[in-house]
Amino acid sequence: MRHYEVTFIVDSVLSSDEIDATAKTYQDMLVNEGAEIVHNDAMGLRQLAYPIKRRTTGIYYCVEYKVESGDLISKIDLAMRRDERIMRSLVIKLDKYGVQYNEDKRAGKIGKAKRTLEKAEESKKKTSKTQVVAKTAAPKPKVKAPVAAATVTTPAPVTETLTASSEEE
Amino acid sequence: MASRDDIKFLSNPNIGNKRKKYCRFRKFGIRYIDYKDPDFLLQFINEQGKILPRRISGNSLKYQRKVAIAIKRARHLALLPYVTDLLK
Repeated sequence: MRHYEVTFIVDSVLSSDEIDATAKTYQDMLVNEGAEIVHNDAMGLRQLAYPIKRRTTGIYYCVEYKVESGDLISKIDLAMRRDERIMRSLVIKLDKYGVQYNEDKRAGKIGKAKRTLEKAEESKKKTSKTQVVAKTAAPKPKVKAPVAAATVTTPAPVTETLTASSEEE
Repeated sequence: MASRDDIKFLSNPNIGNKRKKYCRFRKFGIRYIDYKDPDFLLQFINEQGKILPRRISGNSLKYQRKVAIAIKRARHLALLPYVTDLLK
């Protein structure tokens, strides 16, 4: 199975229904040709770096798929070139690192998604830590109090338990 | 004034010391360069949108080729400009 990725820009002047329909026709076309769609990424409306056909914005779509033979690529390419709704298209073959990269990106290990995930995890850890501290602090004195009383060699815990118990009282 | 203890050099001693360039892809283990990420590719082009040479970016030959291909793909998809001014 070879992995391919087709990126295309749909004209932003079209209505949203028409845009969806355009994206859908090419996905269906891929499936009909025997390809298996791995991921369909709607990158959304973007500002073009230079005007194409007097348009300054476009809607980007990126479809990753895998297929046994690359015969359908010329068909897809030709269809996209003939289609007036599509401003630009690019079909590329992904190497194993590209496949890995896309998987990682979807899992949120790369780029902006990664940063936000890490932040979320950090905040989670902080909250859980505080919760754990609160939980451990509460039941400790009850267990430790008799032990500390029996062994006078450790003065530090005694004071702790004392303060804790006084707090409880 | 010149005999003050805290002043050891008249000029910054680091001037003229060349910092060793390195290939960031080899150093950080990046294997794939995404052509759909123009913000990342912006590091390898100059203000006019030209691809920086290896002697400036420090990339190894293998990854410089990949960077160049990724930038050209991004240009085709209008994610990066072919020619411009004051890009950065």
